[in-house]
This record gives sequence, C-alpha cells and structure tokens, in this order.
Amino acid sequence: MIIELLQMFWIFFKVGLFTIGGGLAAIPLIQTEVINRGWLTQAEFADMIAVSESTPGPIGVNVATYVGYSQLGPIGSIIATMGIVMPSLIIIMLIARFILKFKENKYIEGVFVGLRPAVTGLILGAAASISFIAMFRYDMFLETGSIMDLINIPAFIMFGVFMFLTNKWKHHPIYYIVLAGIVGMIVF
Amino acid sequence: MTKLKGSILFELYTVFFRVGMFTIGGGYAMLPMLRKEVVDKHGWATDEDVMDYYAVGQSTPGIIAINTATFIGYKKAGVLGAIVSTLGMVTPSWIIIILIAMFFERFADNDLVQSAFMGIRVVVVVLIINAVIKMGKKSIKNWISVLLALGAFLFIVLTSFSPIPVIIISGILGIIIHLSKKEVKAL
Repeated sequence: MIIELLQMFWIFFKVGLFTIGGGLAAIPLIQTEVINRGWLTQAEFADMIAVSESTPGPIGVNVATYVGYSQLGPIGSIIATMGIVMPSLIIIMLIARFILKFKENKYIEGVFVGLRPAVTGLILGAAASISFIAMFRYDMFLETGSIMDLINIPAFIMFGVFMFLTNKWKHHPIYYIVLAGIVGMIVF
Repeated sequence: MTKLKGSILFELYTVFFRVGMFTIGGGYAMLPMLRKEVVDKHGWATDEDVMDYYAVGQSTPGIIAINTATFIGYKKAGVLGAIVSTLGMVTPSWIIIILIAMFFERFADNDLVQSAFMGIRVVVVVLIINAVIKMGKKSIKNWISVLLALGAFLFIVLTSFSPIPVIIISGILGIIIHLSKKEVKAL
C-alpha cells in the first residue's frame, strides 16, 4: 500500500510539474499515465473528465482526486491531490519570495507593466472560449447551416438579464452562480 | 501575536474554501470570486496584484488556481499561509469528488445537472467580463496597453497554443516601455 501511495504521489507530482497554463493542460498528461498503467479505460477516464469539469474546484485537482480515489480509496485521493499541488507550492513560494523582495526593481516593475494588459486580454479570451460552449450551438449550425441555429437564444437572453442584474446589484458572485444553476434547470 | 497569526490562517482557509467551492470550470472562472474576496472584501491585494498573480500563475508549472492561492497565502502569512490557502482550495474538491465517486456514478449524465451547468456557464461568462472590466480600467491606460490586451485576446481565441509566448513577449515589451518612460522623465 505504501509503495502504491508513493507511486501515486510521484505520478501526480510529475503532472503538476509539467502542467503549465491551467488544469485543462493537465488532462493529457494524466490520461497517458492512467491509461498506460491500465488503471482506467478510455471511457472511464472520459466520464471522470465530464464530472471534473462540471463540479466545483480546479479541474486538475478534481481529476487527481477522482483517479486517486478510484485506485486507492480516500487516502489515495488525498495523496494524488498532494502530489499535483506540491510543485505549485514549492515553485510559487520561491517566485513569490523573489518578486516580493524585488518589487521596487525597475525591471520587475516593467515586466508587470507589460503583463497586466496582456493578462487582461488572456482572461477575456478565456471568457470568450466559455461563451462559445455556453451560448452558441456550433454542432447544430453545422447540421442546418442556419444562423438562427448557431445562436442559443435562451442563453443570450440569460446573458443579458444577468449582465443587467450583476451591474445593478453588486452581490457576491456566489448568489449569481446559485441563481444561474436554478434558472438553468428551468430554462435548458 | 500568535492569535493574530492563527486567525489570518483560518481566514485564508475559509476564503479559499469558498473560492474552490464556487469555482466551476477552471482557474479563469475563479477570477470573479477571487477578486471579490481578496480585493473587495478583505483588502489583501489590489486589482493590479491579482493580475500579477495570474500572470505568474499562468506562466509557471502547476494549476493556475492553486498557483494563485499559494501566492496570496504566502504573501499574507508566509509558508504556512501558502499551505493553508492551497488546502482550502482543494478541500471542496476532495469532499465533492469523493461523494460523487461513492454515490453518484452517473452524475455527469444527469439531465438536471447538465441544465444547471449550462446556466452556470452563461453566468460565469458574465462574471468574468465584469471582473475584467474592473481590472482593465487599471491595467489599460494607453494605446500600447490596448494593443497588448487585444493581441493577447486574439492569440488565445484564434490559436490553440499555450499563452506562455504572450506572457514572455509582453513582459519584455513591458520592461522596454517602463525603462524608456523613466528615461523620458529623467530628461
């Protein structure tokens, strides 16, 4: 058991170390590891991704938890998660220390002068990618070729309504997420 | 003093627990929640700081959400703060995923669950746009920053490459812009 747990930790430590740019980037790495070891079939793994994407929490952490649990139970899930977050902890603490120390340095200042607008653009790009899934029906458009089928009308109405609500009443995002879940169950 | 340290650790844990609990769909979907908690509610960081954490989290190994939590935790309360924040962030995943694995084999296939998440995704887009507008007001101040933001946006939407080249190039441009401004001021 201990050897299996150590192995589990090491696998996810490697995944954490070689994932750059978000949880989705971790998926192919995890896939290679678990399929090659014969832990899961492709179909089982696909189910896990679906669950991990549609439950709260970072996707990479969710997949690690799921794989760890499926192989070695609750302890396995904790060890797998520890493995995937450990590289972050070590690397970010080193970087944070450096950045906080040299915050006044003109080169470090300059780096962030350029990075802030770029990151703003990247995040807006991520919102656009989510909107492609949430508000457009590309597969239906391909079938019929009609523009009206491309646009998910209820989703667009919901987008407008929530845009208005969130700017009119500045509640915590949690309220809007819960409300949207309820509205989604009724509308879609 | 020890009591103070204990209470900040507890606060870090609960804040990141909440963020982890209501982050659906990855690190970027986390931004509105994180901004609300860390900037508006607790004043632990400014909008500029949060953007810096994202830039670092994006371009270093690891999951962005975890990287950002680690960074904020470390800044507030050192090594323990980093560990506690990360633990807070992953605890909801543990609880929820284990419950699902134990009881709801076909959770993701459930129609009601699917519909709820369709609704949530729409609102996640709304919330991210709102957060980006607030932050953009502080990061985008001149035409060079407009170009940088637009370039990064187009790169991420139109290509399937990793955003790391964008981060490296904009960092280098930032140094050039910043240093040349300083020189102009010195003259």
